[in-house]
Amino acid sequence: MEAGDRTVLQFSTQSTANLSAKVHPLVVFNICDCYVRRPDQAERVIGTLLGSVLSDGTVDIRNSYAVPHTESAEQVALDIEYHHNMLVSHQKVNPKEVIVGWYSTGLGVTGGSALIHDFYSREVPNPVHLTVDTGFRNGEGTIKAYVSVNLALGDRQLAAQFQEIPLDLRMVEAERVGFDILKTTSVDKMPTDLEGMEVTMQRLLALIDDIYKYVDDVVEGRVAADNSIGRFISDTVAALPKLSPPAFDKLVNDSLQDQLLLLYLSSITRTQLGLAEKLNTAAQIL
Amino acid sequence: MAASSTARSFLQVAATEEVVSPLRVVQIEGLVILKIIKHCKEFSPALVTGQLLGLDVGSVLEVTNCFPFPIREEDEEIEADGANYQLEMMRCLREVNVDNNTVGWYQSTILGSYQTVELIETFMNYQENIRRCVCIIYDPSRSNQGVLALKALKLSDSFMELYRANSFTGEKLREKNLSWVDIFEEIPIKVSNSALISAFMTELESDTPVTQCDYDRLQLSSNPYMERNMEFLIECMDDLSMEQQKFQYHYRNLSRQQAQQQSWLQKRRAENMARKAAGEEPLPEEDPANPIFKPIPEPSRLESFLITNQISNYCNQINGVAGQSFNRLYLMKALHDN
Repeated sequence: MEAGDRTVLQFSTQSTANLSAKVHPLVVFNICDCYVRRPDQAERVIGTLLGSVLSDGTVDIRNSYAVPHTESAEQVALDIEYHHNMLVSHQKVNPKEVIVGWYSTGLGVTGGSALIHDFYSREVPNPVHLTVDTGFRNGEGTIKAYVSVNLALGDRQLAAQFQEIPLDLRMVEAERVGFDILKTTSVDKMPTDLEGMEVTMQRLLALIDDIYKYVDDVVEGRVAADNSIGRFISDTVAALPKLSPPAFDKLVNDSLQDQLLLLYLSSITRTQLGLAEKLNTAAQIL
Repeated sequence: MAASSTARSFLQVAATEEVVSPLRVVQIEGLVILKIIKHCKEFSPALVTGQLLGLDVGSVLEVTNCFPFPIREEDEEIEADGANYQLEMMRCLREVNVDNNTVGWYQSTILGSYQTVELIETFMNYQENIRRCVCIIYDPSRSNQGVLALKALKLSDSFMELYRANSFTGEKLREKNLSWVDIFEEIPIKVSNSALISAFMTELESDTPVTQCDYDRLQLSSNPYMERNMEFLIECMDDLSMEQQKFQYHYRNLSRQQAQQQSWLQKRRAENMARKAAGEEPLPEEDPANPIFKPIPEPSRLESFLITNQISNYCNQINGVAGQSFNRLYLMKALHDN
């Protein structure tokens, strides 16, 4: 009955409960590029992560650079001066980007990582450690983020544990550029705007077809009706503005006419340019 | 002796110049594209620049990495800082095995208004040190419409020679058959990615059938963009008409001067006839000291060429956006009918 004497191993989780990280696609590109270019004797690449901490506590990782390091069985040595030089250079361009952590390639967290994490925690209060598995050991490229959590036994600090935090890998910018360009090893031609428009319209058409099929299936009783999806669909259809056909036609035609006018103006301008040039250079100086 | 008949001697090889194959394609890595986009977008609407690094291989210019330049203030010390920054970055990047070769620079633009004299001057500066350099222009405002507005530019050789000679008179231009289209050459861009990154991207690709890019493209309102385009176009037309007025003024001066010369010549001839009749020496028919014989310098056509280029750019953009809008409007119509 001496419960008061027992000390309990505490995992203090309250500080990291709502910590999550968001990675921009540029960081992944950077890390892979550095890995491909690493010196022959190095097995993995280590580098610094730059970014900012958003107001809700999420760590926004936006940029990164590699730091040369030497690693052997017993010790790890990081080129600190290089790290500082690069940091200063990067901050000249973008002073808002600060160190938020560090990354290393390879699947798990090794012993040497703890030392490096220690070094980084001297620069930043709570650094994030990102591991990018370039070896695809699990059959897929895993990207994980960790923070260090202190394990305390009563009042004594025992060790630090790497605890995984949720990682948001939404690649909005990469989507903007187009995954087709970023995915394949080589693209011969950049798509023009009309080709892109075509692709988008095809996708839209596919989506509409899917919805049609789904609604048909539900009506025929082949698929169980899901009320939330039904409500969603009806909301979407109701979002189309309720205009009478003549009003809608007038709207569309007006916009069409505006665009045609602009096209006409630009064609006139080009003709004018052609004329002006002929007159200017063809004039002989007597 | 027998060996050197088949193999050229070292001296001969060293003496023959390499034939520079014309630049046909610029090969960019996906990493560079993302970096450029990020840098330009973060600082838009301010215009930013950066340096391109890569390799020059045959007829392909490979761009493998890049780094941004800090925004330069107009201050003496910061100028030296800028050069230091560049050296520092190149040195650091070399330690991690990045190609250390400068192959050009990139800059962001607003609505395609990038043809300025500064661009040409920067090109000439770069061209003195590097044999082949390219400039990549990125337009963040156009990319909001769902189009990746990335262009690779190079000055054409004939234009560069003319610029070095610093003469843009009508004669010279007609000689070389150079018109405003020939100033800049656009080079097609190819994108390449390493296998590792392609594996990652394939995996990280989102499963949704519709991406952000599509949302951007299907947006109906292109009015603000078109309005700004038209505004820029109108301003440029004003500039062009000013340039043309300068030419008109010059021609008027020239013809007036020639009329003066003719009348002076007539007077001289009449004088000479009178002198011959009187038995004196005829005066020379030319008088270089007379101010009406001073040649009037012809205004340079460079500005008007650049402006013309810009105008055609705007027209192209308007055409492109109008085309897209047509598509969208017809799509809306079809949807509504259904």
